[in-house]
Amino acid sequence: MQITVTVNGAEHSADVEPRTLLVDFIRSDLRLTGTHIGCDTTACGVCTVLLDGTPVKSCTVFAVQANGRSITTVEGLKQNGDLHPIQVAFKEEHGLQCGFCTPAMMLVGSKLIEDNPNPTEDEVRWAISGNLCRCTGYVNIVKSIQLAGKMATAGSDS
Amino acid sequence: MTTTTDHNHPITTPEVGGIGHSIKRHEDDRLIQGAGNFVDDIVLPGMLHMTLVRSPWAHATINGIDSSAAEAIDGVVAVVTGELLAEYNLAWMPTLSGDTQAVLATDKVRYQGQEVAAVIATDPYVARDGADAVVVDYDPLPVITNPMQGLESDAPIIRTDLEDKEDNVVYEWEAGDAAATEEAFAKADRVVTVETHYPRSHPAPLETCGIIADVSPVTGEATLYMTSQAPHAHRTVFALVAGLPEQNIRIISPDLGGGFGNKVPVYPGYVVATAASLVIGKPVKWIETRYENLISTGFARDYYMKGELAVTNEGKILGLKVDMLSDQGAFFADAQPSKLRAGLFEIVTGSYDLQAAHVTTKGVYTNKAPGGVAYRCSFRVTEASYLIERLVQNAAYELEMDPAEFRSMNFIQPDQFPYESATGLVYDSGDYETAMRKAMEMIGYDELRVEQAKAREEGRLVGIGIASFTDIVGAGPSKDYDIIGLKMFDSAELRVHPTGKAILKLGVKTQGQGHETTFAQIVAEELGIPATDIKVVHGDTDNTPYGLGTYGSRSTPVAGAATAIVARNLRDKARDIAAHMLEASADDLEWENGKFSVKGSPDSSVSIQDIAFAAYTNLPEGMQAGLEGVHYYDPPNLTYPFGTYIVAVEIDAGTGQWKVDRMVAVDDCGVRINPMIVDGQIHGGLTEGYAMSNMQFMTFDDDGNCLTAHFDSYMIPTAWETPRFELGETITPSPHHPIGAKGVGESATVGSPAAYVNAIIDALQHRGVTNIDMPVLPDRVWQALQDSEG
Ligand code: FES
Ligand code: FES
Repeated sequence: MQITVTVNGAEHSADVEPRTLLVDFIRSDLRLTGTHIGCDTTACGVCTVLLDGTPVKSCTVFAVQANGRSITTVEGLKQNGDLHPIQVAFKEEHGLQCGFCTPAMMLVGSKLIEDNPNPTEDEVRWAISGNLCRCTGYVNIVKSIQLAGKMATAGSDS
Repeated sequence: MTTTTDHNHPITTPEVGGIGHSIKRHEDDRLIQGAGNFVDDIVLPGMLHMTLVRSPWAHATINGIDSSAAEAIDGVVAVVTGELLAEYNLAWMPTLSGDTQAVLATDKVRYQGQEVAAVIATDPYVARDGADAVVVDYDPLPVITNPMQGLESDAPIIRTDLEDKEDNVVYEWEAGDAAATEEAFAKADRVVTVETHYPRSHPAPLETCGIIADVSPVTGEATLYMTSQAPHAHRTVFALVAGLPEQNIRIISPDLGGGFGNKVPVYPGYVVATAASLVIGKPVKWIETRYENLISTGFARDYYMKGELAVTNEGKILGLKVDMLSDQGAFFADAQPSKLRAGLFEIVTGSYDLQAAHVTTKGVYTNKAPGGVAYRCSFRVTEASYLIERLVQNAAYELEMDPAEFRSMNFIQPDQFPYESATGLVYDSGDYETAMRKAMEMIGYDELRVEQAKAREEGRLVGIGIASFTDIVGAGPSKDYDIIGLKMFDSAELRVHPTGKAILKLGVKTQGQGHETTFAQIVAEELGIPATDIKVVHGDTDNTPYGLGTYGSRSTPVAGAATAIVARNLRDKARDIAAHMLEASADDLEWENGKFSVKGSPDSSVSIQDIAFAAYTNLPEGMQAGLEGVHYYDPPNLTYPFGTYIVAVEIDAGTGQWKVDRMVAVDDCGVRINPMIVDGQIHGGLTEGYAMSNMQFMTFDDDGNCLTAHFDSYMIPTAWETPRFELGETITPSPHHPIGAKGVGESATVGSPAAYVNAIIDALQHRGVTNIDMPVLPDRVWQALQDSEG
């Protein structure tokens, strides 16, 4: 089937099998490999991307369902050569170890602070509860997202 | 010359970023931009995809395999069976523990999920279609799902492939002194017993295992991109298994999405993909699904343990007896030093000065997946630490003593180190009392006990659990530790370039621990070159010195020591070059802040960068050019990190749910290279310890069907359930390690399960509950309450 999807601002047209998962389309067809795969049951969240601005698990969406829609992956966080505050904050607060869950965590975090720049610890923990991390115990991921919220607010105030 | 690291205050400047600085991680820049390079991210021209056909039965005879329908699918290139592999002598492979393991089953399947055939296709979806179309004719056999069944007299023999094998026993092992232990028990006033199952678990890193095997049909060279925690050891295993010349094998282990022991063994999928690439002449990629990862690779634990502690009425521990059965699965493929059987279970005497101990273990074959890995653990240390900490806590109840005071009465004292334990280990250092007191102070132990008494009056179930664990890591001294004969040294190769920037190459391999940062910090400490000027290379066997890899928290104890020493060797050469540059005698030079200066005239000095340039441009007569070296470090002993964890829980008596109110963790891992990274390691370990105590385990029905083969049933805590942690530290440097470090990646998984479970038992012991097996699921708590006296 012929689909057209906007990914990180650029339009891509492709002929895909109906059964192709969005995550495979992103990774294999578009070669954007920052989006990962960690399970077969919609449980780990490492495949998370933003679909029209909302986090979705791209292993549980068919590529054809993204037809005519817009997707942001980790590769789209950096704008005009500047890292997104969430990227800066993850490094600053040691919010990643192996880095496998990190792209997804950052996308979910970026959406959260867009809606709520000053989230409490509980709010962050709830927001990322669809995303597993095996390395960090989440402690520094929470701190990273909170710091990013502060940085984004400070950035937009100035 | 040695550097005395003042462990409370870094001695290098923040710009240099040596030991003790929480510098930001070098590896993060690529990972936060989605530019990490994991195995599945790699695409080679002409690459094919492989899917394995796995057995749905736990035990069955294979009558035949019909692959014709699969072969007829457009895009399927080949179907590989065990019979085909047998033609290349590859149907079986040796395990790291001296057993053999089927690569693709020929005669029988011996566990659910065992590899039976492989389909190679042009596309991963087509490979899956092909695998679904392979028809295997099985005759089911009776199934053994635990070691007790395996030892029954009429139990079916699982390893009919082994000549003359008439039972299911894998090994029998003992440690300590039986007679001395009997004597100690004869003197005891009481004996306290804990009988418990440490359940089967799985490391489950978020990245599963995989390989791209690229064997050139022209040169015969094999490049294997592989999820490997031990690339050099794996290359040697491949050379032995496949008979390929070792120089023609290059293993590249790129970024790893976690490992935790899962990526130490060699799995059948790696071998099949390599054989397929060899035969077909094209690169072959195999990436496990999560189901395959959980059902067939790298299980951990699965020990049935009975521990007995002999104590006096005054509260002195006299001796310890342990008897265990180990569920090994269908092949003995434990990834551990080859001479060991029960890993380093000898550490079971823990932090306590007890005169006699005796441990017996029997390993048993069952119809479950093989591959016992040291899951965030230095070979069976989690099981040992769990048992002794549970016993000590229960002994305190038996004697009506406070569990902290009981521990205090029995701790090995600081002046007893080096301390030889009753099972023959020599502990390098420790100060258990200080760590425990610190944790008690942090959590407000005395007040908590008062609150607990009040809560109890109100009918609430509140508990406080302690674990004062001793870990043992850094395998190991070459006289005792090897893997298939390879001594367990590790290595570092360091070159300082003319501009004073350096490259450090390691035999170990990070899976997220931050080696690219912390190892640069060790060099920065020793040479004064800023850590940001040092590139760390690892995970490529063509470009790094030989080493045994990263597991058992051995990177810092072994490769970290190699790094410090190679840097010191370069500094010695730098001194001679500096003497030449300053026209002084080498003995008259002083080293400080990355500079050599003439004693008494500090203005007359040269920096390490000046010296590096001179090493290529202005050498003393007769000296070899360059500033470069390699060091292979053979550790004189293991290291013994320790600490005390205290957990406070409240249990809902109506549902059996329990919730962690406080979790305090005081760790002593010796000198901390990067405190930020150390804390991160502890957070991760405490979470995995919580997982094991609360929800995470592999379980099977009576037919050997795995009931926890997906992340919807194999439960990993999310941010929502994970407790909040409060960390503290004490610092007792390792006396034999060049920088006093001990390794920290595993302490928290080793120590914390007992703290969580002890807290639950503490809340219930007044009702007569002395044990609940892990994971302490709500229904188990509820049942224990129903069965209890009060
Ligand atoms: S890959 Fe696990 S939720 Fe998508
Ligand atoms: S950083 Fe490794 S899974 Fe999150």
